[in-house]
Amino acid sequence: MTTIEHPAPPPPSGPVPWDKDFAQALLADMLRIRRLEEKAAELYGEGRIRGFLHLYIGEEAVAVGALHALRAEDNVVATYREHGHALVRGMSMAAIMAEMYGKREGCARGRGGSMHLFDASTRLYGGNAIVGGGLPVATGLALAAQLRKEDRVTACFFGDGAVAEGAFHESLNLAALWKLPVLFCCENNLYGMGTAVERAEAQTDLAAKARSYNMPALSCDGMDVVAVYQATQEALALVGQGPVFVEYRTYRYRAHSMFDAELYRQKAEVEEWKTRGPIHTFTARLKAEGKLTEAEFLALDARVAAEVAAAVAFAEAGTWEPVEDLLKDVHTP
Amino acid sequence: MTRKLSYREAMREAMHEALQNDPRVFLMGEDVGRYGGTYAFSKGFLEEFGPARIRDTPLSELAFVGAGIGAALGGLRPIVEVMTVNFSLLALDQIVNTAALYRHMSGGQFSVPLVIRMATGAGRQVAAQHSHSLEGWYAHIPGIKVLAPATIEDARGMLAPALADPDPVVIFEHAGLFNLEGEVPDRCTVDIVRAKVRRDGTAVAIITYGGSLPKALAAAEMLAAEGIAAEVVDLRVLRPLDTAAIVASVAKCRRAVIVDEGWRSGSLAAEVSARIMENAFFELDAPVARVCSEEVPIPYARHLEEAALPQPEKIVAAVKGLFS
Ligand SMILES: Cc1ncc(C[n+]2csc(CCOP(=O)(O)OP(=O)(O)O)c2C)c(N)n1
Ligand SMILES: [Mg+2]
Repeated sequence: MTTIEHPAPPPPSGPVPWDKDFAQALLADMLRIRRLEEKAAELYGEGRIRGFLHLYIGEEAVAVGALHALRAEDNVVATYREHGHALVRGMSMAAIMAEMYGKREGCARGRGGSMHLFDASTRLYGGNAIVGGGLPVATGLALAAQLRKEDRVTACFFGDGAVAEGAFHESLNLAALWKLPVLFCCENNLYGMGTAVERAEAQTDLAAKARSYNMPALSCDGMDVVAVYQATQEALALVGQGPVFVEYRTYRYRAHSMFDAELYRQKAEVEEWKTRGPIHTFTARLKAEGKLTEAEFLALDARVAAEVAAAVAFAEAGTWEPVEDLLKDVHTP
Repeated sequence: MTRKLSYREAMREAMHEALQNDPRVFLMGEDVGRYGGTYAFSKGFLEEFGPARIRDTPLSELAFVGAGIGAALGGLRPIVEVMTVNFSLLALDQIVNTAALYRHMSGGQFSVPLVIRMATGAGRQVAAQHSHSLEGWYAHIPGIKVLAPATIEDARGMLAPALADPDPVVIFEHAGLFNLEGEVPDRCTVDIVRAKVRRDGTAVAIITYGGSLPKALAAAEMLAAEGIAAEVVDLRVLRPLDTAAIVASVAKCRRAVIVDEGWRSGSLAAEVSARIMENAFFELDAPVARVCSEEVPIPYARHLEEAALPQPEKIVAAVKGLFS
């Protein structure tokens, strides 16, 4: 197996520019995603959760930094690797867990499962498991905002793999042509399933592709929640004039889904990226800067553990949608 | 001599043999190489045949299926793998507007000897965007041949004649069958022309294909216990349909139930039913019945997914309905 050269990690983004409360809130959200997903993986092993389960572990800084930079009135379109996005957007952990169980109390009444989390109240338009499928939809949501003169940005998350799809190129062009308020958020975790970016892209500088459609494009260290937040803010400031592309350079620690022998990468590579883990590095920075004590961290960790336990209990106690309602919510059964 | 194989091993062997026997054959698709194939069908191929013939593609269904058409026109024999039928919709333009039309639009000057394989079907709780059964859509298109190997023997044997076909062939592999095991002859020589009777009977013809075949056979077993001898017909080739085999079975049994994992409206089951009406109406002792998927995007929750799909119990009930 050839080893792929990854760029050296960028230097940390300087002192954390936030007050203690805000900094701790972002740390808490990263931890909530991590613990929710660790539990989900365990429950998958027990057969409580089934189907496909794509974990975001390692990439938490992206959803947390980017979504905290958005406003409640903004729209979000995500992929099948979207537990973190749903959680940070404000969906309850209990509703996510119940959906993964396939229970009626889940956000989509058990119809969608892990890959299809939807929440109208937080303007989360899914949970799309067709790679690239969200980009045209996001473009249209932005068109609606433009025509209705609503001050609303649509943030569309997608992976590096999606960049090869026609939907990516057609959507970026359309959004740029019509100057639509879309924030194209590319979560570049270096692999689309087992295919490394270098083996899928003739041009591996993904931001350059966006620039070719005449839109501003930024790249940032997706392992650093501060860098993510700042790059997203910078991008949002430009969205008034049309779409903006942001590449978050990140890494997935776990398998692509629950069926993946990971033949395409070396363990050492994963371990190396783990040294840059978004949670432990940010925790250390906050401690070093006096914005977090060990006691505070332990209390936070305990709160998150309790939230996960409550979510599991909620899902366990949930009920099954009656089979008589199978055809419910079908427009033309 | 016979030996035991799984559906997965059978597909793998079939591709291996094709790659070994014909230097024009190559495999192309998402994660067929380094990853070892989404369903491990091509595990080890990259090492054995090299990256020129085992080609990992970017996520560009339209482009790599279209490139398969071009490579076929250019003298090669591509096997293009699309991960699932849902994703094949991104390539539908190239399949329907190009591959299927070349021979006719060129006045017979060109043909496209391309094989496209894809997984299809539900039953694994992978929800609506990964579970649909769109074989019937493809079977609507003149210019392509549509195969649905439902047995180990067909999984092992259908690829070779598909590759020998001078025109595009689409092979649907139902994901619910991958772990199925069975005895196959040492040499699996099968045709890609005729339907096949998988169980003889006299009282009712259960006509089906793909992932529904094991369910139809299970239903026939249950019916046998109640004294109803069901015949099970495996369509195998969904386009062109083997009308003669359908008519022969219906004429013999005088009753017919069609089992199709596609949705009822505009389904392949509807087409089979129409052919029975056109060709065997006066042989029937009862109206044709259909067991199809409920008209709902396939839900994630297990009990809902099961309720949405054809099941042996539903087939048994449909058969009994013909006798009451
Ligand atoms: C159109 C389409 N083709 C193929 C797939 C199968 N598939 C699911 S995820 C995936 C990899 C996508 O990679 P990327 O966009 O980088 O996102 P990541 O999984 O790394 O977050 C593939 C090939 C799919 N879901 N949709
Ligand atoms: Mg990726």
